[in-house]
Amino acid sequence: MAESRANVLDGAPPMVERPQSTDTAGEGAGDRLYYGVLWVLGFFVLVVAGLIVLNLALVSRPLFAVEGVWDFVKGDDWDPVTQKFGALPFIYGTLVTSLVAVVVAVPVAIGLALFITQFAPHKLAPFLSTPVEWLAAIPSVVYGLWGLAVLVPWLRTSVEPFLGRAFGFLPFFKGPPIGFGYLAAGLCLAVMILPTVVSVSAEVMKTTPEAQREAALALGATTWESVTWSVMPHSRAGILGASLLGLGRALGETMAVTMLIGNSRNISISLFAPGYSLPAVIANEFAEATDNIHIGALAACGLILFVITFLLNAAARWLVTAVQKGPARVVT
Amino acid sequence: MRHFAFRRFMNVFMTVLCGVALVAAFIPLISVLYLVISKGAAGLSWDFFTQLPKPVGEEGGGIGNALVGTLYMVGLACLMGLPVGVGAGVFLAERGDGTVGKTVRFVAEVLSGVPSIVIGIVAYAMVVIPMRHFSALAGSVALAIMIVPYLACSTEELIRVVPTSLREASLALGVTNWRTSLLVILRTAMTGVVTACLLAVARVAGETAPLLFTALNNQYWNVSPVQPTASLTVAIYNYAISPYEDWHAKAWTAALVLLMLVGLLNLTSRVLTRNRLKGAR
Amino acid sequence: MNALASSAPDSAPAVAAGAAIATPKVEVQKLNVWFAKNHAVKDTSLAVQVHTVLAVIGPSGCGKSTFLRALNRMHDLVPVARVTGKVLVDGQDLYTREVDPVLLRRRVGMVFQRPNPFPTMSIEENVAAGLVLNGISGNHAEVVERSLRKAALWDEVKDRLGHAATSLSGGQQQRLCIARALAIEPEVLLMDEPASALDPIATAKIEELIHELKEHYTIIIVTHSMQQAARVSDHTAFFYMGELVEMGATEQIFTNPKERRTEDYVTGKFG
Repeated sequence: MAESRANVLDGAPPMVERPQSTDTAGEGAGDRLYYGVLWVLGFFVLVVAGLIVLNLALVSRPLFAVEGVWDFVKGDDWDPVTQKFGALPFIYGTLVTSLVAVVVAVPVAIGLALFITQFAPHKLAPFLSTPVEWLAAIPSVVYGLWGLAVLVPWLRTSVEPFLGRAFGFLPFFKGPPIGFGYLAAGLCLAVMILPTVVSVSAEVMKTTPEAQREAALALGATTWESVTWSVMPHSRAGILGASLLGLGRALGETMAVTMLIGNSRNISISLFAPGYSLPAVIANEFAEATDNIHIGALAACGLILFVITFLLNAAARWLVTAVQKGPARVVT
Repeated sequence: MRHFAFRRFMNVFMTVLCGVALVAAFIPLISVLYLVISKGAAGLSWDFFTQLPKPVGEEGGGIGNALVGTLYMVGLACLMGLPVGVGAGVFLAERGDGTVGKTVRFVAEVLSGVPSIVIGIVAYAMVVIPMRHFSALAGSVALAIMIVPYLACSTEELIRVVPTSLREASLALGVTNWRTSLLVILRTAMTGVVTACLLAVARVAGETAPLLFTALNNQYWNVSPVQPTASLTVAIYNYAISPYEDWHAKAWTAALVLLMLVGLLNLTSRVLTRNRLKGAR
Repeated sequence: MNALASSAPDSAPAVAAGAAIATPKVEVQKLNVWFAKNHAVKDTSLAVQVHTVLAVIGPSGCGKSTFLRALNRMHDLVPVARVTGKVLVDGQDLYTREVDPVLLRRRVGMVFQRPNPFPTMSIEENVAAGLVLNGISGNHAEVVERSLRKAALWDEVKDRLGHAATSLSGGQQQRLCIARALAIEPEVLLMDEPASALDPIATAKIEELIHELKEHYTIIIVTHSMQQAARVSDHTAFFYMGELVEMGATEQIFTNPKERRTEDYVTGKFG
């Protein structure tokens, strides 16, 4: 007994005397291994990002060896046979269809998000938001199929003739009603980005401080007034972020656009006219492209798309998180 | 102060307007579902699931090879993407507060918004160019790259909602960090993580664009990772843009099969989530 | 029998030889804890004898929980936390490089403010968690029963050991957490306001339990309730603004405090 006491006082670690049935010696090593693996997996995300940039640059290099970036962006002639590569019609088509999508989808999305978060009874909310999630679950190619069968004929026979008669003085609504074109692709995109915009907007609206909303209601405001006084001011930046996220999705959307835009390399002001988009040209020509410059030009289209969506998503994330953290920052 | 009746009217009017937005959103959903079911159901048969496609004009034939191809490539993508995605998510949740963590989180969030067609080019450059031909592997690499950032973000969220008190309880029992992380934290978040995996799989199963010039297509059965492979989505696309009426019908039936597949994955995740909520305190 | 039993607290060196030379079970020397720039525990020294209960009282935010968590190095988890000074258990400093905090926590168990059973595990699995998660094999059923009996929970749960731990009431959950801590046979038990989330009846049961556990364990309990401190402890330490103001026999602290601040606090003038 006395001996063991002496040991303790001498500073011999008593823990070692305590029998341990596990790999106690390896516990620290286990932590190091586990967190080492996690670290590698986390870092892998950065590697993937690096690989995306690197490979896009590598594949598009043959093009940029023979053509400047600016010439590529502003050139409106694209002919693989004569080795002319100008991406302007595709950039234009991508932007126009995406803008149509955002202009159509955002007001509907705001209304829907307000309806779900503010107007509808709380018990009903999940039954309204679930179908919106289904919209997001439908694959792009199915939307394209639906667009071919429903949207294009409907636009050709009803919508475009009507718009032409009513607003034909505007340059956007001129020309023969073909069905295929910027408008068809844009409307289909609007449906496809709707769930993104709705769910992000609704999330932001839900972070409106309850106190603000109640204060408005306690002052005798109607629900709509509480929306304009407290919910909208709070959510404005977040809704902008949601719209940018939607825009980002629309820009990169491939299948539905490829199937509906008409695949014409002309640039037209009229929304009725067929056009082309960056993803569509990649989808249509990549598998058949044989020479390196053509492949490089298509990869350069991808690179433009990547840069635009990257910047857009970064901005959108920043806006959305700034709103969600916002109130706390104001308090301090 | 405006007149009360006017304020009441505004309130009702705006409520109705938002309700109209609701209807406007539901019309396309109902339209898509109705068309796919009504036009697709007629073509459903045992042969459709088990036969190879037949040339235009010939009766019968199926999309068995495309179905197998989709399952095969999605399975391969899961093998590569799920562990990395979940691991990166755990990393973000547990070690994600430093500079590296913040960078990884930002990059993962932004990567989940990169167009799938761009990912396709990357997979082409990484797999098709070195191998010199299109392959199932290239397709699944593209799908795996799409899974990782999405899953990393959702896994992190799921792990962060596990109460700190559980981590403390475990550590106070003298359990090491790694066992705590794996056996307590990850186990507690498990249902959620499985749900997130299912949703990620559902998402990539419906992808077409990254397969167009990676896996390409194949008229025959293929389970070799180094050969071109058919997929449901590419089959739908090819049938849909063809000029033949009977191929259009096949596109609808294939779309119905795809929707059933994706719907099944979504439904399973929903059931899991519901059970999790029921089990919660 | 369990291999751990040979070093169970009962076999600790007898104090009978002379209390004066007995090493305290836990001895704290000049302990300081910072959270970033916030000096949460200042220059604290105290000693706890084996098989006694020390109550740590003080107004909220006085650093008493922070102090407690320093005793099994839970602050290691907080990146901005910094600890200086010594914490000796059986004469050995915990804050040296050789001491693995993981192994240390098996000797110094902890029960938290809110019951925190593992929600994915059954009652039985929760009690055995410390063994299972540490990869210790053996007769878990026996350990489970013994620990549940010690925690005075056995009779209430013996017929539903397989049920979810979350199906228990709050008081039962807290006793389950105590059983879970006891299952790995610690020598010292730290309790951080263990009854603060419980109703009076459940609180009484926990207090009764502390009395029984004292026979085998050295207990340090943080509490915001002075009555509770008076009921369960042998010694009481009063913390104020991160400082140990006074420590002594519980009776003395409550009836005849030496410090003015202690007197003001125990008579309810502030806090």
